[in-house]
Amino acid sequence: MNELLISQNDRVLTLTLNRPQARNALNNALLEHIAQALESAQHDESVGAVVLTGNERFFAAGADLKEMANRDMPATLNDPRPQLWARIERFNKPLLAAVNGYALGAGCELAMLCDIVLAGDNARFGLPEITLGIMPGAGGTQRLIRSVGKALAYKMVLTGEAISAEQAQLAGLVAEVCPQALTLEYTKKLAARIAQHAPLALQAAKTALRQAHELSLSQGLQHERQLFTLLAATEDRQEGIAAFLEKRPAAFKGR
Amino acid sequence: MNFILSDVQNGVMTLTLNRPERLNSFNDEMHRQLAEVLTQAERDESIRCLLITGAGRGFCAGQDLNDRNVDPSGDAPDLGASVENFYNPLVKRLAKLPKPVIAAVNGVAAGAGATLALGCDIVIAARSVNFVMSFSKLGLVPDCGGTWYLPRLAGHARAMGLALMGDKLSAEQALQWGMIWQVVDDEALNDTARQLATHFASQPTFGLGLVKKALFASETNTLDAQLDLERDYQRMAGRSEDYREGVSAFLAKRPAVFKGK
Repeated sequence: MNELLISQNDRVLTLTLNRPQARNALNNALLEHIAQALESAQHDESVGAVVLTGNERFFAAGADLKEMANRDMPATLNDPRPQLWARIERFNKPLLAAVNGYALGAGCELAMLCDIVLAGDNARFGLPEITLGIMPGAGGTQRLIRSVGKALAYKMVLTGEAISAEQAQLAGLVAEVCPQALTLEYTKKLAARIAQHAPLALQAAKTALRQAHELSLSQGLQHERQLFTLLAATEDRQEGIAAFLEKRPAAFKGR
Repeated sequence: MNFILSDVQNGVMTLTLNRPERLNSFNDEMHRQLAEVLTQAERDESIRCLLITGAGRGFCAGQDLNDRNVDPSGDAPDLGASVENFYNPLVKRLAKLPKPVIAAVNGVAAGAGATLALGCDIVIAARSVNFVMSFSKLGLVPDCGGTWYLPRLAGHARAMGLALMGDKLSAEQALQWGMIWQVVDDEALNDTARQLATHFASQPTFGLGLVKKALFASETNTLDAQLDLERDYQRMAGRSEDYREGVSAFLAKRPAVFKGK
């Protein structure tokens, strides 16, 4: 069976995790599929944004424990997994997650790696690694605390208890909560709205936003200004401003 | 011992609280049995309405005090434990159940029994019934959703009066105050409740579930948020089989046959 379903509607590419028998557990093979799909989407001009989703009950319920159980310390040291995560993170176009049901462990980490998360009202986010005698290993302790703050991040990581979609929205992990039956549809609509903007501007804005967690404010501001200046050299910038002044829709070319 | 009798007929699950010699007051075992039966009501799609009533002369007298640690010389009891483990999940599950929940209040409803009844979607009471918010007379707080439902059903002033005084409230008075749906003569209670439940079980259950969810959401939403939610739910309702059936039946001038999906 195909464990990652890929479909495209206009400028939105949708990747659907499809290992229902394993609650969409993220084994290495599936992460490799995701990385590959994103790498080819990166070079595909027809793709403006990507939506990552699971099914109605599971976004992804964690890593593949059977796979992990076999890895001792030396094997974990040379685990290809961090590289896989890094490849996914390198994707430079808008990446949205439509999360219904459980996003736990690696599933939660994958959602947090995405730029925007929309959640179904049945969604649950959690990092239960601690209950297995391990800890989050793919950004769970780092990305969570940056979005939800110290109090909730420590509580979630140290208890392993999951939070609801509503709580995740209040805490800043989730952009919007939708009825479960509409999550994917609304995420695709949002992705389509984003994908109509100038590709280079999206890429530059995404880069600048990411830097916010890497750099000091003054460095970040400097970097932001550089990216802003770069866009001044694009055709799409002329087109965008001209279209606005002439009150017509812009026709961007990605140049 | 069967403290909860359950019976499924024509899409209606009837739950009878069954400790008649103790006015159907709750103990832990009764809670466990109720929780188990509720799981069935949640999972079984053929069940399209839940009807709750009491065996014997009472509806439910709330918590069975004999079952709680009330030794005045012992350690202070943790009453929060039974609230957290039993009453709160029960109230949440009834509120979240995407099908109508009817309480047929056949006799006295006191303490958690009263607040449990008031938390059901449709409350039909026998004329002789009293609701007793007895908590405050023991130094306790109305639980089982009492402090949330009371002000919403009765208004602030009456909720305060009821909860602080802990007196009896007759079914007639509860009806006049708009706290319950209907009062019927004692001997008519069973039939009336059963008829309504059977009616609900033939209705567009998916849509009714959304209506219920929307009304609950309105308790905390702003108008803007609620309008968005109405749009979302209408979108979902419009895709249901029952909506199509309803429209076709209307256009063909025939009675609709709803499946609840």
